[in-house]
Amino acid sequence: MAEFKEDVSIVLGGAAGQGIQTVEGILTYALKRSGYHVYANKEYMSRVRGGINATEIMVSSRRVRAFVRRIDILVPFKQGVLSWVADRIGKNTVVLGERENVEEGFIEKVNLVEVPLTKLALETGSQLYLNTTAAGLIVGLFHGDFDAVEEYIRKRFGSKGENVVMKNIEAARKGYDLGVKLCEEKTIAVEVQKDEKVKDEVLLTGTEAVGIGALAGGMNFLSFYPMSPSTGVSTFAAQHAEEFEIVVEQVEDEISAINMALGAWFAGARAMVSTSGGGFALMSEAISLAGMAENPMVVHLAQRPGPATGLPTRTMQGDLNLVLYAGHGDFPRIILAPGSLEEAFYLTVEAFNLADKYQVPVIILTDQYFVDTYYNLPAPDVEKVKFERYIVEAKPGYRRYELTEDGISPRAVPGYGEEVVVANGNEHDEWGDITEDAELTRRMQEKRAIKKLETIKKNAPLPRLVGSENAEYLVVSWGSTLHAVEEALEQLGRDDVALLHFSWVYPLNPETKRLFEGKTVIAIENNITGQFADLLRKELGVEVQHKVLKYDGRPFSVEEVFDALKGVIE
Amino acid sequence: MNLPTGREAFEPRRPGSEDVAWCPGCGNFGIRNILISALAELGLRPSQVAIISGIGQAAKMPHYINANGYHTLHGRAIPIATGVKAANPELTVIAEGGDGDMYAEGGNHLLHAIRRNPDITVLIHDNQIYGLTKGQASPTTMVGMKTPTQPWGVFEEPFNPVALAIAMNASFVARTFMGYFRESVEIIKKAIQHRGLAIVDILHPCVSFNKVNTYAWYREHTYWMDDGPFDREAAFRRAIETDPLPLGIFYVNERPTFEESVPAYRKDKTPLWKRGPKLDLVEEFFESKRL
Repeated sequence: MAEFKEDVSIVLGGAAGQGIQTVEGILTYALKRSGYHVYANKEYMSRVRGGINATEIMVSSRRVRAFVRRIDILVPFKQGVLSWVADRIGKNTVVLGERENVEEGFIEKVNLVEVPLTKLALETGSQLYLNTTAAGLIVGLFHGDFDAVEEYIRKRFGSKGENVVMKNIEAARKGYDLGVKLCEEKTIAVEVQKDEKVKDEVLLTGTEAVGIGALAGGMNFLSFYPMSPSTGVSTFAAQHAEEFEIVVEQVEDEISAINMALGAWFAGARAMVSTSGGGFALMSEAISLAGMAENPMVVHLAQRPGPATGLPTRTMQGDLNLVLYAGHGDFPRIILAPGSLEEAFYLTVEAFNLADKYQVPVIILTDQYFVDTYYNLPAPDVEKVKFERYIVEAKPGYRRYELTEDGISPRAVPGYGEEVVVANGNEHDEWGDITEDAELTRRMQEKRAIKKLETIKKNAPLPRLVGSENAEYLVVSWGSTLHAVEEALEQLGRDDVALLHFSWVYPLNPETKRLFEGKTVIAIENNITGQFADLLRKELGVEVQHKVLKYDGRPFSVEEVFDALKGVIE
Repeated sequence: MNLPTGREAFEPRRPGSEDVAWCPGCGNFGIRNILISALAELGLRPSQVAIISGIGQAAKMPHYINANGYHTLHGRAIPIATGVKAANPELTVIAEGGDGDMYAEGGNHLLHAIRRNPDITVLIHDNQIYGLTKGQASPTTMVGMKTPTQPWGVFEEPFNPVALAIAMNASFVARTFMGYFRESVEIIKKAIQHRGLAIVDILHPCVSFNKVNTYAWYREHTYWMDDGPFDREAAFRRAIETDPLPLGIFYVNERPTFEESVPAYRKDKTPLWKRGPKLDLVEEFFESKRL
């Protein structure tokens, strides 16, 4: 008998087009409704059909939010899945599926529990129901709430007609009954406690957290050119454009996308572009314009491995340097990198307030891993959302680029007030007209690149410290690695190791420096050079003694972080 | 303080605004006069107008007219102007630039703006040469002209913006020569009043770098179409005439504008800057995610 307690890591793998995402949808929804904590993440290949796509679902008695390497239950929908995840199969892994989907070399090695998924699907009417049958099977293992499965199927397939809905429910039911039977026969034993509170929580993806955060932040304009893995946010905005009454436009290229958004901000809208590294590279000219014209801007950049096309559907934290340095000339910018879905919501809201206030580009850095992550969480508190506007009326004598002590000039928008607003990408005087005056150039450069930057730095929040201030070791993470590091540290359970997590990545408050004093610093990054560690040295003079880097296009697993930290500390 | 009205309102009162960077005799002066007259005669106020320009001598216009303005990047005036109009449809939005700006660096944006049809007016100062970078060929330079960077003479087929725009079923297509003041004012007024993307190719001499296409040359090699606008085929036939070049309004095509097509203004016409987030809908979204 195979027994699983507390946390069960389930991986379902098949070809693109075999409906792996439907399975992910049914499972996360139904299991959460049943009162289990769930976490899901997927990996997929850059193709429309075929290849191997996999989804990992963690079902747990406690809150889980990070990718684990181990697989407890593997459901292969085709040959090749086992080879693809071979290094994650352990002696306790149960392969739940059909013999023909297990490669020759694995038959003897793995713990195969044969289940006639295809036969059950065919009994329902077609092989097409394989994915729903498998989803039902897993829910059955947990004695989950079958009403929730039905509800999900209705929601998802409702538009395809009652017959499709009924057939899918029938297929799921066959799978469910089989799952329950496997437990009754004691082939598989699953012991995960339910938590009633979970039922009332929300289930979100990284994409949705950014998207709804933008809408809560007052975003009313989004222009984009599709690019994986950022497209989900644009799709989200487009699908909510009617009810939120906003402008969403797919344009000819990324250059147009960001320039259109700059125009929208100039006229007072709250605009955003969503892109990935390659798209942002094209936008860097306009980022520089935003710097000179002090035009607010919000960019969501979902990172994927580069250079160039890299690995289009995989993950990396490799674009920090790109966003730090993009654009010619000196000007400030703000870089945010949410670590949790809650943060993705609140920080995206904040991005719009910051752009409005400081009149600089604000970049929200996520990555493929983050945007494709699902888990349950208490609903963010909408009452905490602050909508901060900094627009002034253009009265006679108004100067768009008034020289001020804090480097922030009052921003008016065209049409509000009798006076005109002149913005300029050339060096300019206080009114916005072109200048080549040496003294004025110096003062304008200082206003933007020094005074304004200092104002932002001073107001930048400090990173979050988890653990003791007196810990000897300080683990540094930023952005999407938060949960993997947090969970690894929890498992490590040592008082002399603390975590310093950065979700506000740039510019850094100078106060941050003291948090590093006398510590052995270990940086964890999903890139090959340790871009954030370099930034710490450059900005704060902090030396990072150990770098734990991963750069194969895959996210850190909790085990990997755990092993790496153990290696460094012991 | 009472702000001036009429033509006077569009004369900048900012310090240093008398220091104009155009060469004496430049066609840009004429275009400035024409534009000011058109805006004043339409009864507009400077705060209602936004002039978005790219880079080049033509693109300095926002500094020499008192109106809202944004002097942006080479080739990018059209997407920026589209964003401005979409954010605040109450503004009269004009995108301005030279032939290099609109037809070379910004060529792709022009094509897609024609498809998108924002209600903006695109004024192209077409002097068939690059002025600010000192005399290189532009997309509209005539075959055979020798320049410092084309010493063997230009061999590329000149860009025909009028034919291109009609081929793409643009909303409003016209050509004028700035040497004809009154006619140009009338064309630009119609272009601004037109609902949808209006493209006006404005011929004008570059007195410093184009010794071929002079004031006299334009007078000799152009003629006014006494009819028009035409249906699309007839307009296209006129558009491919090269010598003399026809002047006037070639084509007008009423179709929905970008701003009319986006969901933002279907129920509510308020400019985006006056709007806040719909937090009740955000709350509803989270409710839907509990289930």
